[in-house]
Amino acid sequence: MSKTNSGIAKEPLIHFTKRDDITGFKSVLWHGVGLLAGLIVCAVFIMLFTGLNPIEVYVKMFQGTFGGEVTRLKAIHHTAILLAISLAVTPAFKMKFWNIGAEGQVLIGALAAAYCMLQFGDTMEEPLLILTMFLTCMVAGMIWAMIPAIFKAIWNTNETLFTLMMNYVAITLVSYFIMVKDRSGRSDLGILNERTGYGYLPKLFGQDYLLNIAVVILITVLIFVYLKFSKQGYEIAVVGESQNTAKYIGINVKKVIIRTMAISGAICGIVGLMLVAGSPTPSLKEDIVGGMGFTAILVSWMAKFNPIIMVFVSALVVFLGDGGASATDALKIDSSVGEVLTAIIIFFIIGCEFFTRYKINFRKRQKGE
Amino acid sequence: MNSSAAIELVNITKTFGSVIANKNVSLTVNKGEILSILGENGSGKTTLMNMISGIYFPDDGKIFIDGEEVVISSPHDAFKYKIGMIHQHFKLVDIFTATENIILGNEDGGKYNPKKAVEKVREICELYGFEIDPTKKIYNMAVSEKQTVEIIKVLYRGADILILDEPTAVLTPQETEKLFNILRKMRDAGKAIIIITHKLNEVLELSDKVAVLRKGEYIGTVNTSETNESELTEMMVGKKISLNIERSTPIDPEDRLIVDGIDCKNREGVKLLDNVSFTARSGEILGIAGIAGSGQRELLEAIAGLQHLETGKILYNNPKTGNTDDLKDKTPLQIRELGVRLSFVPEDRLGMGLVGNMDIAENMMLRSYRKGKSLFLERKSPRDLAEHIISDLEVITPGVTTPVRRLSGGNIQKVLVGREIASAPTVLMAAYPVRGLDINSSYTIYNLLNQQKEKGVAVIFVGEDLDVLTELCDRIMVICGGKITGIVDGRTTTKEEIGLLMTNSHGGENSEQN
Repeated sequence: MSKTNSGIAKEPLIHFTKRDDITGFKSVLWHGVGLLAGLIVCAVFIMLFTGLNPIEVYVKMFQGTFGGEVTRLKAIHHTAILLAISLAVTPAFKMKFWNIGAEGQVLIGALAAAYCMLQFGDTMEEPLLILTMFLTCMVAGMIWAMIPAIFKAIWNTNETLFTLMMNYVAITLVSYFIMVKDRSGRSDLGILNERTGYGYLPKLFGQDYLLNIAVVILITVLIFVYLKFSKQGYEIAVVGESQNTAKYIGINVKKVIIRTMAISGAICGIVGLMLVAGSPTPSLKEDIVGGMGFTAILVSWMAKFNPIIMVFVSALVVFLGDGGASATDALKIDSSVGEVLTAIIIFFIIGCEFFTRYKINFRKRQKGE
Repeated sequence: MNSSAAIELVNITKTFGSVIANKNVSLTVNKGEILSILGENGSGKTTLMNMISGIYFPDDGKIFIDGEEVVISSPHDAFKYKIGMIHQHFKLVDIFTATENIILGNEDGGKYNPKKAVEKVREICELYGFEIDPTKKIYNMAVSEKQTVEIIKVLYRGADILILDEPTAVLTPQETEKLFNILRKMRDAGKAIIIITHKLNEVLELSDKVAVLRKGEYIGTVNTSETNESELTEMMVGKKISLNIERSTPIDPEDRLIVDGIDCKNREGVKLLDNVSFTARSGEILGIAGIAGSGQRELLEAIAGLQHLETGKILYNNPKTGNTDDLKDKTPLQIRELGVRLSFVPEDRLGMGLVGNMDIAENMMLRSYRKGKSLFLERKSPRDLAEHIISDLEVITPGVTTPVRRLSGGNIQKVLVGREIASAPTVLMAAYPVRGLDINSSYTIYNLLNQQKEKGVAVIFVGEDLDVLTELCDRIMVICGGKITGIVDGRTTTKEEIGLLMTNSHGGENSEQN
């Protein structure tokens, strides 16, 4: 505090005031400005540290994802999977239940899929097998999500720590499963049912991944409708806004918490199924989810829990992540450059939120009186 | 500039977004003077005071202290200019003693010397007539004692300008009188005192001058000796209004709700309700008076099915079926399924009664969304109800789709009361339904309660303004420390009688006097 006693102290140079609600258009504009500012700062970063032309890097990023002939389908598939997990965590987040265990819930679904493929592959007809896999994966994900929910509802345990820890339990279970089933001694199950093709999800129009993408589109629509138009979606919103209000009007808060987490977990379980059986080369590894369970939290928040905006945010995140990786690969620079670019851009987009909420006032010029 | 002016504000303006909180406010407080700032809620009183105490920074205007222009950009600056603010919500450390709280954060450069501090606190107490034990811990204190600690705190720091934000809101009439005597002593000692209030009788009793604000605009300052209640009301509201509440005689009252010996404990096992028994009758307004936090909330929540009860019964006589049901330990949903038409306007409007981020129609849905077998929400009828309430109760809102948290306190309350009345209740419970409301809205609410009473509803009204309670209610029940200390006739009782019952915690016997 450097206030001089002599003379009149001045008004602070800048002060912030809260805005009224901002219009949708202006909000989009601010986020655009954030993205642009991020790209400019990234350009400076690229020039300073790699000496490359930033435009070239951006073009390579685009070619490595949505722009390339071969890469496009993979990028869209990656987007779809990330989107599905983001959608899965969203109902819980709207309820202010901080589920950071999607990683484990998906993994347990993947484990269930692999188990069914190996265990029932030669004992069931194909349609029955697929149905069994579908149900098992869903129930597995559900159980994994409901355990912390039940503890939260009954004993008010902290769901953040609980769901996080459940991730590690899931990883360990998968490791154990691989160890038991592994006959080659490479701690790797290789491609599951490679010769027989038992339990592979059917191809839509003969294209890999297309069925997965179609399922995710369906989930997107369902979640959108569920949250916006259903009675249960309304209950979730009320519980999230105020548990006291929920109790006051007679909502069974415990039931809503458990039910909502069951839905989250079920979707995660289905994602696990898609990751294993929906791949042209099904396999099971501890890192098959690849951190998407955590990235999904970011996607859900950045989209402000809106399923439609989530589509675009997922695409952006995949573009930055996959695009950054393929660009650094193609240009033969260190892969961490790509991660830095992702971080900078996301930082700027989130940072611009400040300007959608606050207005900046500069000191007015001193008027002579 | 007047040489005896302690503080002078010139053309202070402050806006929040498009909302003008203060517009060109100018006022002066002299040394040895008590100024009341009078205005309805939302008129900008607290914002103005927050600018003096360094919490907000004015957009425009000047502040002079002792004739010199100053800039107050932090509470630290305010302290430097000897300005002390006593907030509505106390900021004390519970496990510390009075003295420890008083010297907390006080940077006078000297060593920490608790003995000396206690001495100094005693001196201040003697000087102004405070009654407090400097070594008592805060958690053992009553609300009025906590307030005393807050006042001594600013005096200890040498404040010459004291600002009190709604200081009497939490006090009984007797405690209020005591506080006023102390404030008069301080005035006589040359302090400048600003008191924020919306209670007219207090203004007239205590202050030398009254400054009136209306919707952020400065209306004027008058000398208290030259004005009266109706003139001040007119300045405050902008038009003449009648300050009488009508009270009709109850028609054929029947016992609707019989509460019999209920006990309720909190998690630590402390009794919040202790053997509470009373009867609420149809066509009658039963007032509940008591110091804030005496168990009023728990009592209403217990009836609404939101509190677990140890013992006792809550019997409801159903006028339709003639059955008597016990509501004890039933959930709100079970109570509704019994056909009990119980409406409840809780104290915490946005935290319990409504969802702030939802719009009016969605808030109407809270009560009705379960209807029908469909999995999906039916939006038409809540929307119609919302529009109905907006036009009937004159709710001022940009539209049905505006989140209710953006409405003013009075309009929020109209939405809540409107919804609760819409379900044609037989019992209507309202906790502090006019808290924070302007005069016009308050009278709208009183009228609504009266209409319900005339329809034969058993109305339970928890209030804090004893003037209103004695004018509106047929019977007044007084609660103190979770016990009922008396039930008196609203037509014959006095404020003093109720005030005594409010602080009398050992009158175990309930006395029904009518």
